[in-house]
Amino acid sequence: MIGREENYLMRYSMRTMALAAAILSLATTTSAGQLTIKGSDTMVILGQKWAEVYMQKTPATKIQVTGGGSGTGIAALINGTTDIAEASRPMKAEEIGQAESRQKRKVKEITVALDGLTVYVNKSSPVEALSLPQLRKIFTGQITNWKEIGGPDAPIVLYGRENNSGTYVFFKEHVLQNDDYSTRMQTMPGTASVVNAVVKDKNGIGYGGAAYAEGLKALKIRKDDLAPAVEGNMETVQSGRYGLSRGLYFYTFDGGSPELDQFVAWVLGPEGQQVVTDVGYFPVKK
Amino acid sequence: MAGVLPEAARIARATGAARSERVIARSRLSRLAERIVEGGVFLSAWIAILVIFLIFVFIGREALPLLWDTPQPGLEAEAVTLDRLVGPTYYSDRPPAYVWQPVSTVPKYNLVPLVVGTLKATVVAVLFAAPLAILAAIFSSEFAPRWLREIIKPTIELLAGLPSVVLGFFALMVLASWLQDLLGLTFRLNALNAGIALGLAVIPIIFTVSEDALTAVPNSYREASYALGANQWETASRIVVPAAVPGMFAGVVLGFGRAVGETMVVLMASGNAAITSWNFVEPVRTLSATIAAELGEVVFGSPHYRVLFLIGILLFAFTFVVNLSGELYVRRLKERLEGRTAG
Repeated sequence: MIGREENYLMRYSMRTMALAAAILSLATTTSAGQLTIKGSDTMVILGQKWAEVYMQKTPATKIQVTGGGSGTGIAALINGTTDIAEASRPMKAEEIGQAESRQKRKVKEITVALDGLTVYVNKSSPVEALSLPQLRKIFTGQITNWKEIGGPDAPIVLYGRENNSGTYVFFKEHVLQNDDYSTRMQTMPGTASVVNAVVKDKNGIGYGGAAYAEGLKALKIRKDDLAPAVEGNMETVQSGRYGLSRGLYFYTFDGGSPELDQFVAWVLGPEGQQVVTDVGYFPVKK
Repeated sequence: MAGVLPEAARIARATGAARSERVIARSRLSRLAERIVEGGVFLSAWIAILVIFLIFVFIGREALPLLWDTPQPGLEAEAVTLDRLVGPTYYSDRPPAYVWQPVSTVPKYNLVPLVVGTLKATVVAVLFAAPLAILAAIFSSEFAPRWLREIIKPTIELLAGLPSVVLGFFALMVLASWLQDLLGLTFRLNALNAGIALGLAVIPIIFTVSEDALTAVPNSYREASYALGANQWETASRIVVPAAVPGMFAGVVLGFGRAVGETMVVLMASGNAAITSWNFVEPVRTLSATIAAELGEVVFGSPHYRVLFLIGILLFAFTFVVNLSGELYVRRLKERLEGRTAG
């Protein structure tokens, strides 16, 4: 069975490679460069803003940005259907292996921005700060009432992301320590829907990128029950003092087109990093 | 048929009329055209059947390797066994639970919460839609004046053309808030909310089939009832409706089948939490919504991928059985009623 699978994969990858070669030769003959970026929903607003500003400056390069989740972007990179995969979690070793064996090129990781993953509650909530162990108990379903953590006597309503989300995986690894989410967590198709749900729900709690925290309260985070409560901002995220800081990544292959290299260099430069700040994330530490 | 042509040609030759020759030629041509059209129709019918069959084969081919696949070394934790599809997960620090969490260090593919969730949403849909649709059908066929009937019937049937994404959006943004305020619910998105929205999608199906069943009741029944001195209400409630009950039942069954397979509405309005409970104001995750949410990003050929196709088979088998029994019931009912009129 394993052998058959590999055989199938090989045929499949050969076909995609032929297709990729055809597209590549097409791309090199036309003067206008085309870049596709796909992946993390956390990074969609960032990617779109980058593309918008960059295309104004460099009209010859056309950039297309779509979301779908980090998993979706990485799958597209493995299948050779995107130039850049945006991911809000590091690629797993086996994913890198799959990508390199299918596309026969080395995968390149570039940290393009930093994010303080934010835990949101409704504006009316009296809770100001939570520790990582408390968050773990809340999201695994062991704490189910706000009064156990200094709030009113009301049930906690959990909002999270679908399992193709990099944020889902990051939160599961870093906050839940790879434990399972409570079965009562409602899964939302994007960070914007999580925010929308928590804005409407006075007992709600959810998580997502820092840039989305509009109309609700972003909690301060304690690394453990005795640690000081730290607000997520540029200084605490860059220094790593904030308990939920994480990298936002581009994944591409080595030996990409000049347009791609130029775009990545611009993203990491002062103009690109200014966009990061404008959108609400944090620039990569120099 | 084959013998007719040479025969006609012989007669035509015998009369020796040039006009007849032309007629023969034309009829020969039209027969050829008829053959081609006939063959084309025949072929397209078979292609349609073949396509459905191939879809079934494809789904089976993707799901069934689950049965005989041995896990790759190092990935034993991901192996899917029957026990893991239906049995609870045990934890050291909290009570055991039926868990659907396919992205995890130890993936959990428990189908129980998904089946329970599907049933909850569907039951609400049918309980909401069936009384409304059936009463509307009775009113439309027995009591409404002709002009009103001409308005009611197409309007309700138009509801079937409403895209389910629109229904889902309505349930997500408007209906959920109404229900929460009205009933003081903890969860905005829940089985009740999704079920009512699903019910809106199901009403036209139940209405149409019930209406047909009522109008199929022979007029002689009604006339006989009036002749015995019954009024309109007595005729409807004691004669016509009982005669049409099997047809209405079939409509409900067909509506149930539609509700089970419907995806967009539940994906948007149900909250998508895989909870195993019979509380109808808690969020639910249905089989169809799970496929829609997760199939986009699974690794090809992985256990997760295969389990999603297994869910597809479950859905397919379920709706197939439900729809088939509904159809058979309607057919038998029609035969019975028509048989009686003839006799």
